[in-house]
Amino acid sequence: MDFNGSDTIPGPRTEDHLPHTAQAAVKIVIVGGFGVGKTTMVGSVSDIRPLTTEETMTQAGIGVDDNYGSESKTATTVAMDFGRISVTDKLVLYLFGTPGQERFWFLWNGLFEGALGAVVLVDTRRLEVSFDVMGRLEERGVPFVVAVNSFPDAPRYPVEELRTALDLTPEIPIMECDVRRRASSKEVLMTLMRFLHSIALTGALT
Amino acid sequence: MTPPQRKRREPKPPPPPQPPAPQPADGEAEPKNPERLYTVAGSEDGARAELDLVTLIVARDAPQPAASPEQAAVLRLCANPLSVAELSAYLNLPFSAMTVLITELITAELVQVRAPIVRRAVPDRSLLEAVMHGLQRL
Ligand SMILES: Nc1nc2c(ncn2[C@@H]2O[C@H](COP(=O)(O)OP(=O)(O)OP(=O)(O)O)[C@@H](O)[C@H]2O)c(=O)[nH]1
Ligand SMILES: [Mg+2]
Repeated sequence: MDFNGSDTIPGPRTEDHLPHTAQAAVKIVIVGGFGVGKTTMVGSVSDIRPLTTEETMTQAGIGVDDNYGSESKTATTVAMDFGRISVTDKLVLYLFGTPGQERFWFLWNGLFEGALGAVVLVDTRRLEVSFDVMGRLEERGVPFVVAVNSFPDAPRYPVEELRTALDLTPEIPIMECDVRRRASSKEVLMTLMRFLHSIALTGALT
Repeated sequence: MTPPQRKRREPKPPPPPQPPAPQPADGEAEPKNPERLYTVAGSEDGARAELDLVTLIVARDAPQPAASPEQAAVLRLCANPLSVAELSAYLNLPFSAMTVLITELITAELVQVRAPIVRRAVPDRSLLEAVMHGLQRL
């Protein structure tokens, strides 16, 4: 990495600077199987140009011993897209479009533990690619809503049929969306927030 | 056409903080848990900065001539608050390498840290309302 020409390191554009009053951030995760529209959704609602953070990991368990620098270690990079919305002068919301495979999640400290909630994107042509991630959220107690990203040639099911197929309790919101549209993505986030608010009123989940 | 059927899962007790030690490879196809390449070394008192992706970092001052190029780059980017995730993206550093660098800056008292607000068992309604109002203005 070359930090010497640090004047050339790209940073946020002036209009993307957070004010000094920014006290704290919250985060929401956008999950779902391969190709369901996570990156598109992050991009459509973010105030800033979406960014990518990476994590480098070594594949453990393939002939790796404790000898660091051992050449048998293979490094792999996992990327995650994210965007940002300034909620107030004091509060910032970050949206993370996470890779589908759960084994990558713990690479990022606190990604799911601290998230206010999650949006699970599903594609009705391949509903099952988002099954695993829903189960993982349930296991971890992360509240979520389900957003059906309507691809043009996708089968359309009545909401109650989807609820049955996804085995979701009646209170979990299910909605259609087009993640390419900012207004639609924003409505999904509003639905998640209203759901979290209703949980706050009625007590904990389940 | 009938959609495929999922089965709901029950909440699990949280997993132990450390992933289990890798088993010796025995021809099992299941991929093993990946390991982070970088870990945060303990500072002198053994404390370790718990940095979240959305912890906000703010420089206390402009970089001094003694700062390393890496540190100077972070300090310049953090003239205004910036999340660890954004720093990692702009500097093209893996998240865990980024936390190592920031931990050094915290220890040297060159940056201030603003911890994120995390999910609680009983959610904070006024926080959720603030987020909703903010989203409505989008
Ligand atoms: N027609 C249509 N296409 C969409 C919609 N949302 C996303 N796409 C397209 O579907 C493709 C996949 O979208 P991405 O946002 O990259 O999906 P992703 O979940 O980030 O994919 P991975 O990160 O590869 O798992 C892209 O080519 C999008 O342009 C939608 O609502 N309608
Ligand atoms: Mg993507």
